[in-house]
Amino acid sequence: MSSVSSVVNNERFAGVNEMVRNVLRHALMIAATALLGGLLTATMVRFAPGFSVDERQLDSRLSPESMQALREARAAERNVVHFYASYLYHAAHGDLGVSRTLNRPVRELLAERWPATLRSAGLGLLLGWVMALTLAVSAAMLRRGTFDVFATLLAGAVLCIPSAVLALLSVFANGPAPLVVALIVFPRLYRYCRNLLAQSYNRPHLITAYAKGIGGPRIFCAHVLPLAGPQLLALAGVSVSMAFGAAIPVEAICGIPGIGQLAWQAALGRDLPLLLTLTVLVTLVTLFANLTSDVVAQVLAPRQG
Amino acid sequence: MKIARRFAWFLIAATLLVCLNAGFLAPAHYATQFREAPNAPPSRAHWLGTDALGRDLFSRTLYGTRVSLLLAPAAALLSTLLAGLIGGAAGYLGGIWERLAMAVTDLVLSLPWLFLLITVRALLPLDVSPMTSIAVTFLLLGCLGWAASARVLCAGARSLRQAEFVLQARVSGMHGFRLFAVHVLPNLKPVLYAQFWISVPVFILSEANLGVLGLGVAEPMPSWGGLMRELETMWSPMAEAWKLAPLLLLVMVVGSLQLLISREEIPV
Repeated sequence: MSSVSSVVNNERFAGVNEMVRNVLRHALMIAATALLGGLLTATMVRFAPGFSVDERQLDSRLSPESMQALREARAAERNVVHFYASYLYHAAHGDLGVSRTLNRPVRELLAERWPATLRSAGLGLLLGWVMALTLAVSAAMLRRGTFDVFATLLAGAVLCIPSAVLALLSVFANGPAPLVVALIVFPRLYRYCRNLLAQSYNRPHLITAYAKGIGGPRIFCAHVLPLAGPQLLALAGVSVSMAFGAAIPVEAICGIPGIGQLAWQAALGRDLPLLLTLTVLVTLVTLFANLTSDVVAQVLAPRQG
Repeated sequence: MKIARRFAWFLIAATLLVCLNAGFLAPAHYATQFREAPNAPPSRAHWLGTDALGRDLFSRTLYGTRVSLLLAPAAALLSTLLAGLIGGAAGYLGGIWERLAMAVTDLVLSLPWLFLLITVRALLPLDVSPMTSIAVTFLLLGCLGWAASARVLCAGARSLRQAEFVLQARVSGMHGFRLFAVHVLPNLKPVLYAQFWISVPVFILSEANLGVLGLGVAEPMPSWGGLMRELETMWSPMAEAWKLAPLLLLVMVVGSLQLLISREEIPV
């Protein structure tokens, strides 16, 4: 009896160990992204065409002293290492710089715009998951060709329309922005969920369960969900990145003052420091979402076993 | 399913044929303005009407299709080659090289695709000539779209590393790049082909998104993205349905490509 409990304890210890290792790996990845992203930010901004030019230097009304001050301010930014160190130092103190096009602190802009993006991308993601899972689960449970064809064609048709055009069409139809995000995310989720559930339903023990007359909902909850659960959770982490990607065209075209619209405005105005800060931040959010989904999947895994 | 696939091939081939002959079939050059007829509805002279600058939309659709349909595969080819080199070499070399390459791949994959695209696009000048903007847009797609394919190719090359014929070649004294080029890369061909075909519709849609957002191919050169940007000036899709022609064409081509690359058989 004691040997059995020690084996169980060893297995639990190994599971926890693996989880800790996974969390550390993700944390390392997040730190590397922040540092590498920062370095890329500094390097690309430094070497982008037009970096060393300040249009204020063309103003003939400025005094030679002012011109000299402008030149000195630019000279300090020319050294990439100095520029990066200064960027990191300021970022660590919560100062993310000033947007050149909007002439406002990036931190202020982020605080203003996050709620709108969280609402549109968050609600859209939720709705997209509901649509994808409803169709995928129905297709897998019904196991009828016609429904599967209908759902696959629907997802395929939406997948063929560019996200920006979906947003445009929603403007004509007065559709809500989260619905557009949902329509962009849904076909990508549906394809994966459908394949995953179809694979799970084709396992021999499930065919046996069906043959024994066990009901569909019970089979789904007791056998399919535990099999597909961890992979669905991993997909949930990845889908955050999809929703943020969808936020750019949706917010830009539907006129929602969120992070996506801010990134679009920064791209059109070539406001590179703002754009790269946004990209690094969004990447960190998606990596954090991946870490969370991974930890949740690991926590749930032993119970399923 | 076979009929559907044949029809998809036919649609793609017919679209390619028509757009390659745009010079003969288009009633006007894509930049020619008919200033007396801006925003004109379809007529015998202008089959799909004209845009706000009086340019013939049918001609612009033909030329735009040519740009998108020829350059998306070119970008896909570039990204597949990059993926083959990075992923294939990483899987073949193994060890620290594989871990390093996969860490970079993970990093690129964790960046939302559209964020990455518009960020790098914005780093390059936006006020460039139309031809430069075409090159910039599609080179950007080709250079940034390698990561997902590299992961798949790395797994393929890793499995080949211990294959008997590779071990045999090693024993015979073949090493390094020659072994990679002669034995590993040719055996990755099916995966490379698959990744190429998967990338084409992704790049077509990405160009369309960039175009609608004003970060794609510059005016007056038409592309599917640029043509769809004009949908913003529409009053209503029902009242000016002809302006949706480029969108329908794009959906038709991308749908056909999706059908051809889908591995799962839809029971029709």
